[in-house]
This record gives sequence, structure tokens and C-alpha cells, in this order.
Amino acid sequence: MSEPILVAENLTKWFPVKRNLTQVLRGQRTWVRAVDKVSFTINKGEIFGLVGESGCGKTTTGKLIMKLLEITDGTLHMQGENVTHIGGQALEKYRRQVQMIFQDPYSSMNPRFTVREVLMEPLEIHNVGKDVKERESWIREILNEVKLSPPDEFLVRHPHMLSGGQRQRAATARTLMLNPSIIVADEPVSMIDLSTRAEILHMMRQLQRELGLTYVYITHDLSTARYFTDRLAVMYLGKIIEMGVAGSVIDRTLHPYTKALIAAVCEPVSGKVNRIKDVPIKGEIPAATNIPPGCRFHPRCLYAVEECWQEEEPTLVDVGGGHKVACRRYAEIERLGDAARTSEASLGMKRTSLRT
Amino acid sequence: MEKERILEVRDLELHYFTRKGVVKAVDKLSFDLRKGETLGVVGESGCGKTTMGTALLNMPTPPGRIVGGQILIGGRDVLKLSEAEVRRRVRWEQISMVFQGAMNCLTPVYTIEKQMKETLQQHREMPKDEAMKRMVQYLNLVGLPEQVLKRYPHELSGGMKQRIVIAMGLFLEPQVVICDEPTTALDVVVQAQIINLLKELKEQLSVSFIFITHDLSIEAEVSDRIMVMYAGRIAELGTNEQIYGPQGPAHPYTQRLMAATPRLHEEVEELAFIPGTPPDLVAPPTGCRFHPRCHVVMDRCSRDDLPLREIEPDHLVACWRCFHE
Repeated sequence: MSEPILVAENLTKWFPVKRNLTQVLRGQRTWVRAVDKVSFTINKGEIFGLVGESGCGKTTTGKLIMKLLEITDGTLHMQGENVTHIGGQALEKYRRQVQMIFQDPYSSMNPRFTVREVLMEPLEIHNVGKDVKERESWIREILNEVKLSPPDEFLVRHPHMLSGGQRQRAATARTLMLNPSIIVADEPVSMIDLSTRAEILHMMRQLQRELGLTYVYITHDLSTARYFTDRLAVMYLGKIIEMGVAGSVIDRTLHPYTKALIAAVCEPVSGKVNRIKDVPIKGEIPAATNIPPGCRFHPRCLYAVEECWQEEEPTLVDVGGGHKVACRRYAEIERLGDAARTSEASLGMKRTSLRT
Repeated sequence: MEKERILEVRDLELHYFTRKGVVKAVDKLSFDLRKGETLGVVGESGCGKTTMGTALLNMPTPPGRIVGGQILIGGRDVLKLSEAEVRRRVRWEQISMVFQGAMNCLTPVYTIEKQMKETLQQHREMPKDEAMKRMVQYLNLVGLPEQVLKRYPHELSGGMKQRIVIAMGLFLEPQVVICDEPTTALDVVVQAQIINLLKELKEQLSVSFIFITHDLSIEAEVSDRIMVMYAGRIAELGTNEQIYGPQGPAHPYTQRLMAATPRLHEEVEELAFIPGTPPDLVAPPTGCRFHPRCHVVMDRCSRDDLPLREIEPDHLVACWRCFHE
């Protein structure tokens, strides 16, 4: 079961920031450290979740896996093969194995194409299938697979004639055309109505079981991540700060940031209207150009002590069962609970009352 | 104790006159809003929840027109007033709206100060220093420092922009504030902070909120009463306890939506989903509009038009099943 299919080691992506003339003359350079030394292993046939807030680097990581972006540093291995800096034919072969479902099903498909053309294009680009007839029969097969049936009815439709859910099915069908082994799904259901969201996830999971696919599921929604993924990695400012089996990360949270994320999630149960939510975090997320020294979470952490910013950044440590956390004080926090807090939660800014 | 009714909506109808035909986006909607409460409005996209919000301000988006009903604020029908009067005395004075994607509501070329001042000048004659004082006061109220006044929108984070738009909605001390998906584009942590802010504001200012969202989980957190809309009509209206309490909601649509919502702390093997898509409102299904997608449908559902009936105090449902039992 746990045969690694994709291994990332110290994966890094820095984007240069545009400089003005003085900065160019002085030779100053600033970088957005979008993904900063991220390491993970994805096993064959599992659903691996990357969660975090916007700007945490989860989509960039997805694009690095897709090789849509040049990797700045670190290595990426796919089935034992180093694919960090491949190009040409090797890249083409790689792209056939790794496919992507995008967040917005409205803009990820050419509005002038029919579903038939959308699905035909990857086959033509990669020159798969011997003639149009064979290709068409595959298309029909896959449309049935994603429950867009009868296929004849959908083949002639343009994207605007499909509902959001149907579009995401068509997008899934497109990724399946080349028979990939890994699918990177970037927020595939965030723009779809709640009533059909579960249906899409259900279909994706069925396909995964039938075809032995591996998914990388990128999301900001912890609840669907819990439902859909096998293992989760929580990212903050370009770094994985906690990783493990989904249930374990969510029910036995160790990192203060993950704790805050989980406390912030709303759940459909009664009796919460008149209570102010305790979200154990302070301030706002800093810019990725200016990553705090030491533990990058320390300015927002309620449990931070001096060594958190004085000493080097903590690395992921295994606490058992594959559950890893990058926090110096995790054991202490787990033992003491709220008593381990060194500062108060805030709404982000100082507030005053109207009455005064 | 029955609380004072601030807003009464009676048989409100809003239609969009499109080339394809008349879209009955809001169809005979009636409800009340009580003083100091938050009424949540949930439903899928296209169910008419945002349309209803714009109707309450008497500013339907073209080609929409309000074709019937009453909107009573303090006993006065807003729909009978002229546009000039609505502008002067109702819109923003008595009822204001925080729009969806509020962060994009701010003009990128003006400073926050200029944009806030504009609202104020349109409605009140006020000396400069007093206007300034008021702006700072409201910014502080939503947890922002005075310095943001000099900033342009792009210099602020999404959460800060959302706070500014909320401050502007509260500015003229309206009795009712309609919030349309105010937290949708925000990250979970910021979302929780905005929800906390709205709760505090409700308590401090005793304004009533109408909170529109597609997310049932957020409604559980903020709304005293919840109105579930489906295809332009009310499917179910009940208190937070009636909808989210242990006995669960009464309408099959709400039940299914609830079962489709993933829970954070529960391991669920399969989530429920609702087959099909919401109906085309040019030619909605006869009888109960939910019947083609309903899992407990009966003969009667497709035949007979459906009333909204009280099944227990404060709990209204439009479902033949619920009336039989």
C-alpha cells in the first residue's frame, strides 16, 4: 500500500519581486518565499491534502508538482526518477502522468470548444490513439465514468451549457483522458453548490478506487479535507507545520496554528449564537517577502516564548504514527493546555467601544 | 416575549424580465425581522437570496422589477415611496447593505477617507471635524486604527477592507443591515474574526442583521433565526435551535443540505447529496418546487400548491410531508 509515488525534498520556490531603479543600482534583491523547503512523500493510491490559508503556498506547491513552475531548489522524484529539472520529451511524458483539476470550472475550459473538443485536445497534443474513431470511443467511455451520460448529449455541448457540477465532471474527464497516475486537484469543489459538492467528491473517490489514482487535494476547507483525504499537510507561509493522518491532525492537533484554524471552523450545530468564538491567534499574516526569524509563526502564536524567535526554526518531528509537527513547545502545550499561553488572542487590532 | 418587529415583508415578488421569459426570482415572500436579531438566509446559488436583499433596499438589479408585495419599515411601505424619498430617508438611513465581495466595492482610486466621507455628505450636513470624528469612531468600532483613513484599498488586507465596508454599512445608524456573503472570500481565521465582530456589534448597537450566505455552518454561528430558501420561496423558517438542534430540521431540503455538510470532528464514510440541479425559474415545477429532487416525494407534491405553515411556535415549513405527520 505505502509505496511512495511522489517524493519532494526541500522543495523551494522563490519569486523575485519587481525592483525600482535605486534597488537595481544598489544591487538589492527581494524575494517572495512562496514555498520554503517543503518535504513530503505521497504514497501510491492515497489522497494527500494540502491545507492552509490563502498565500500559504499550497497552490504554488501544486504547480511545482505539475511542473508548471520552475523549481528554485530541492528535488522532486516521481516513481524513483528525478524529475526536478526535466524538459523536452521527459517533461511531456511526465505531464501525461500528472494532471490537474483547476478551481474555477468556468474559466478552465475554452468557451468556444464543445465537450468533445475539450476532451479531444489532450489526445491530439500527446498523439495518443490511432484514429479519431478510437479517440472518440475513449471519450465516450470516460464520460460514462464521470457520470455525464448519455455521452452523446454532452459531447456537443459548450461549457456554458453545463452546470457548475457538470463542468467539474468534464474537467475531471479531461484529466483522465491520458490515463494519469497522479491528479492534482486545486480547490475542485469550492465554487460548487453545497448540494452537489458531495456528489463530485464522491465521484472523484470512486474513480480513485477504480483506477488506482493518487490525488493531491489542495484546499482551504478543513471539513472537506477531513472527509476526503487520507493524509493532510498544513501549510503556513510556505512551510509545512503539521502533517499526518487526517483524523489525527484534526482530532489531536499539536501545532498552535492548526489549533487556531480548527477553532475558526464553523460547524452546523446549535447553541453557538451568543458565544464569541475563541480563536487562539493574534495579528494578521505577514507578507511572504518578510518572513519572521526563528519560528515563522511566532508573532501570531499565543504560546511563543523567547527561544521561538531567538533560535533556529523548528523542523518537523515525528510524534508517532506518522504525525509530524514543527513546534518547539508542542509537548508542553499538549500537557498544559491553555495554561501554556504566553499572550492573549486578539481580533487583529485594538478595538474600542462606541459607548465610551 | 414577542420582540418589536422592525421590518415586515408581505408577499414580496421580484421578477427578472429576460429575453427567455419572466424569471420569478422572488415569489410571494413573507417574513418579519425583529429588533436586535439576526435572521439568516441560506440557499443554493440562484435561489433568490441576494435578489431578495436588493429588493429590500428597493433597488432591484435590471432587468429585475418588484411586481408586488409590501416592505414595511416602521409601518411605512417602502415600495410606495418615490426614489428620491427612498434615497433620502430609507436607504442607508434605515436599512443598509454590505455587499457580496465587499472588498471589491471600494473604489481603488480614492482613499478610505474620501469614500467614507462621500456616504456621510450625501446624507448628513455635518461640519468637517465632526464628520472626521464620526469616521474615526466607526473605524475604531470595527477594530481599525485611525491611520487607515489615509490609505488606499490596495494597501489593506481583505479582512480590513471587509471591516471598512461593515463600518460604512453602520455609519448612518440604520435599524437593519443586510450582509450578503460578508465572509465568503475570506480565510477561516479572518472569517471567524468578522463573525465575532458582527456578534459584538449586534449586542452593542442593537441593530438587526439579515445575514445571507450559502453556508449552513456559518448561519449556525451567527443567526438567531434561519430562513431556508429554495427556488425563490421559503422552504423552512425556524429558530437556530429548531434548525440545528438535536431533532434537526423539518424540511427534506434542509435535512439533505445538512447531511451534505462535512463535519470537522466526525468521520463520515459517505456524505449525502441532492441529485439534479435547482429548477429553471422561467418555468418552475408545479406544486412544491423541490419535488423533482426530493427523496421523500409523494403524489400530492407535484400537484398541489404549497402553503407555508407553522408546525410549532416560530417554526414554519412548506412541505406536505410535515403537515401529514
